Amino acid sequence: MKLNRSVQVTQLVSLLIAAVLIVLVILPTGQSPVTVIGTMIDGAFGSWDLVARALTTLAPVLLCAAGLAFTFSSGLYNLGVEGQVLAGAIATTALVRALFPDGGQAAVSPALIMALGIVAGMLGGLLWGLLAGLLHVYGRISEIFAGLGLNFVAQGLAIFLIFGPWKRAGVASMSGTALFDESVWLPVLGITELSPVALVLAGVALIVALIVLRNTYFGLRLRAVGHSLRSSFILGIPATQHLLSAFAICGAFAGLAGATQALAIFHRLIPGISSNLGYLGLLVAMLANYNPIWLLPIAAFFSVLNIGALKLPSELKVESSLAGVIQGLLVLAVLLSRGVSKRAK
Amino acid sequence: MRLEFRNIHKTFGQVHANNDVSFVVEAGTIHGLLGENGAGKSTLVKMLTGFISRDSGEILFDDKPVLIRTPVDGIRQGVGMLHQDPLDFPALTVLENFRAMAGGRWYTAADLRKLAAEFNFDLDPEEQAGNLTVGERQQIELLRLLALGVRTLVLDEPTTGISAHQKDQLFAAMRTLAGQGKSVIFVSHKLEDVEEVCDYATVMRRGGVVGSLPVAKGDDTLAARLVDMMFGRELALPSKPLTTTPTPALVLEDVVLEDERLSIHVPKFIAPCGEVIGLAGLEGSGQRLFILACAGVQAPSRGQIHLRAVNLTHKPYAAYQDAGVCYVPADRMREGLVPGLTIQEHVALRDGSGEFFLNTTAMQQGAERAIAEYKIRGTPTSFVERLSGGNQQRTQLALMPPDLKLILMEHPTRGLDIDSTIWIWKLLIDRCAQGATIMFASSDLDEIVQYSDRVLVFSGGQVSEPISTQGLTADRLGEMIGGKF
Ligand SMILES: Nc1ncnc2c1ncn2[C@@H]1O[C@H](COP(=O)(O)OP(=O)(O)OP(=O)(O)O)[C@@H](O)[C@H]1O
Ligand SMILES: [Mg+2]
Repeated sequence: MKLNRSVQVTQLVSLLIAAVLIVLVILPTGQSPVTVIGTMIDGAFGSWDLVARALTTLAPVLLCAAGLAFTFSSGLYNLGVEGQVLAGAIATTALVRALFPDGGQAAVSPALIMALGIVAGMLGGLLWGLLAGLLHVYGRISEIFAGLGLNFVAQGLAIFLIFGPWKRAGVASMSGTALFDESVWLPVLGITELSPVALVLAGVALIVALIVLRNTYFGLRLRAVGHSLRSSFILGIPATQHLLSAFAICGAFAGLAGATQALAIFHRLIPGISSNLGYLGLLVAMLANYNPIWLLPIAAFFSVLNIGALKLPSELKVESSLAGVIQGLLVLAVLLSRGVSKRAK
Repeated sequence: MRLEFRNIHKTFGQVHANNDVSFVVEAGTIHGLLGENGAGKSTLVKMLTGFISRDSGEILFDDKPVLIRTPVDGIRQGVGMLHQDPLDFPALTVLENFRAMAGGRWYTAADLRKLAAEFNFDLDPEEQAGNLTVGERQQIELLRLLALGVRTLVLDEPTTGISAHQKDQLFAAMRTLAGQGKSVIFVSHKLEDVEEVCDYATVMRRGGVVGSLPVAKGDDTLAARLVDMMFGRELALPSKPLTTTPTPALVLEDVVLEDERLSIHVPKFIAPCGEVIGLAGLEGSGQRLFILACAGVQAPSRGQIHLRAVNLTHKPYAAYQDAGVCYVPADRMREGLVPGLTIQEHVALRDGSGEFFLNTTAMQQGAERAIAEYKIRGTPTSFVERLSGGNQQRTQLALMPPDLKLILMEHPTRGLDIDSTIWIWKLLIDRCAQGATIMFASSDLDEIVQYSDRVLVFSGGQVSEPISTQGLTADRLGEMIGGKF
C-alpha cells in the first residue's frame, strides 16, 4: 500500500520521539545507550542457545497474537487471552494427570498422551474464550471486563488445583503440581527449552490466521462485524455467531500456547505458567492492526527484546525490566502516530 | 464577506476531485453550488472550512489570501459549516449543549431564547438534545456558528430530513444573514430550493466549474439551463405506470409499534404486490418503527406480520431476508454499508455463498458490474467511506439482491442528483412491475406524491388509513402531516 507522505512523516517523528525517550530512560542507569543496546543484541543473538531462547518465547507469543488477530478483526479487545493460556495449561495438566497418574502407570503410549494433551489444551482455551464471548454477547458485559474477570477466575482455579486436588505429595506450594513423567515431556532441541512442536504450531497458527482473515468469506464477515456491527447485521451477517467464533478461535490458539508451556517448558502446572505471554501477544496484535503480515516481525522483535534484556543485570548491572519500558515506549509511539494520522484524515 | 476561489486543485489518488475551480461569492449573497454526484462540491467546501487541505490554488476573503488548516482555524477566520447531523451530547439539554460548543462566554437560557427569536426558531433551552428532530439540531448548530462570529456560512445539503416548516425557517434565516452582509454557500441537488433562496448559482461537473449565473425569481428557463449545465442534456420525469396487482403481499394485523416515546397501533393493513407505498410524516413520527417492524429488524410489541401468505410473526431477521424482504437504511455509513470495506468486499458479503475461500475474480467482476450498472464513481477496491454521498447511496442500492418481494427504504434518493433520482426510480418501478412491493419513507413530499400509489401519514402518534395519491398534492399532504387528516 502506498502511504501518504504526511503519514510517513508522523510515523518517523513518533519513532524518533520514542528513541529519544528510550535514551532518556537508559541514561540514569549510568551506561551508554549504545552499550545497553549492544548488550541486548548480544544477549539475544550471541549464541545459538540464546537464539533458541528467543524462539522459545516467540512460539507462544505468536500463538496468542495469531488468535488475537481474529478477535481484533471482529472489533474485540480480548483481554482474557492471558486466562485462556492458563485454561489451556490447566486442561493439558488435567489430561496428563488422568492418563498418567502421579507415581502410577501410563494408560496409553506417551506420544498419544502428549498429542491428547495438546488437544485438551486447545479445547480448554477454546471453552474459556467462548465463556468470555457468551458473557459479552448474552450478558452484555464489555469483553474487556469479561476477559479480565475470567483471568482472575482462571488464576484462582489454578491455585486451588495446585493447593487442593493436585497438590504434590507431602507439600503444596506455589511452585506448582508434581512434575509430569519425563516420557511425556515434549522434546526440545539440545539443552534449550525450544520445542520444535511449539514452533511448528505457532507457524501453522500464523498461516491459518493469515489465510482465513484475508482470503475467506468467514474472515471477510469477521472484518465486517468488526468495522460495523449494525451494518453487518442489516446486511444479513449473523453477527453473534461470528463474535463467538472469534472468541473461540482466539481461545483455542491461546490454549495451545498454554499446552506447550506445560508440556515443553514447565512440565507441570504453575500459577504463573503464562507469565504475561498473553499480554505480550496482545501488544503484538494491537501493533499489527488488522494486518496479520506484521504479526511475525513484531512478535520476533519483542521476543528478542525480552531475551536480550536478560543479559543486562549480569553484564551491566542494569535491571532487565528496562526491556519492558522500551517495549512500552515503542508501543505508545506507534499507537500515537496512528492516532495522529487518523485525526489528520 | 466577499469570498473568492482561485484555481483550486485537489486530487485523491487518481481522482481529480477539484480541477482548477475558480469563482466568486459576493458579500451579502446566497450562492447555490450544484452538480452531479461526485462533482466535487463537498470537497470544495471542506477545503474552505478547513476539514481537508488543498493541493494548490488560493482562497481569498475580501481579496486577502487566507490559509485555513483546521475547522477551528476556519471558525476563527469567520467560516463555518452547518453539518447535517451535528455532533452533540444527547443526554444534555439544548442550553448545556450550546454552552459546551459555543464557548467564549457563559450563555443563559434567556440569551439562547433571544438568539433563537431573531430567526423565529422555537427552541426550548431545557429540552434534552436527544429528543430533538434533525431540523431542530440544525437550528442549534446554526445559532452556535453565528454566536462564534461566522461571516461565511456553508450548508451542504441541509434540507434533507427536515420538515417543510423547518425548511422555510432555515431559508428565512439564510436571507436574514445575507441581509447582514454575510455570504452563504448552499450546496443542494434540489433546483426548487436553489430557485427559491439563491441569488447566484455555480454548477460543477467532474471536478471543474461549468459556469455561474444569477438566479432571477420567476425565470422559467432557469431550471432547464441548470440541468443542461449539470448533465449536458434534458431530463424527463418518469411517469409511474400502475403496477399494483390484486394479490396481497404484506399483511399486518393488530400491530403495535413502540419505542420510548411512541406507541402506534395499526389495526389492519394490506399492501398488494407491485404497489408503492409512501410513508409521510415529520422525522421521528413512527415511519422508522413501521419500516423496522416490516423488515424484521425490530419486532413489534404485538400483532401478526404475513408476507405472501408466509407467517413471519416473531421470526428472526434472517427469516425475513429469506422471504425476500430487503431493508435499505437512511444512515448509509452506520447501518447500510460497512466503512473500512471496499465495494467488491460488499459484493462478496452479499453473494457470500457456501464457499470457504473468497473468489476474488468473481468479487471483482460482480463489483465491476454493479459499478457499471449503477454508474458508481469508484473502483472495485474503493473503500465505501471514501465515495461521495450520492455514490454511497448508489452502492447501497446496487447491493439489493434480485427477486425481492418487499423493499423497505428510508430516504431512497437522499443525496442523489436529479438524474440519478429519476434513474433509481425507474429501476424501482421495474422491480414493482416484477411484483415487488415497495414502502419508503421520505421527507420529500414531492417524491412521495410523484411515485407512490398510496400514502400512509404518520402524525401525532397515529397512522392514517392508506390514502390514494390520485389527485393528492404535496401541499395537501403537508397539511395532513401537520395533523389535519
Ligand atoms: N477522502 C477521499 N478519498 C478518496 N476519494 C475521495 C475522498 N473524498 C472524495 N473523494 C472523491 O472525490 C470526488 C468528489 O467527491 P465529493 O464528495 O466532493 O462529491 P460531491 O460533489 O459532494 O458529490 P455528492 O453530490 O454525491 O455528495 C468523488 O469521486 C469521490 O469519490
Ligand atoms: Mg457531497
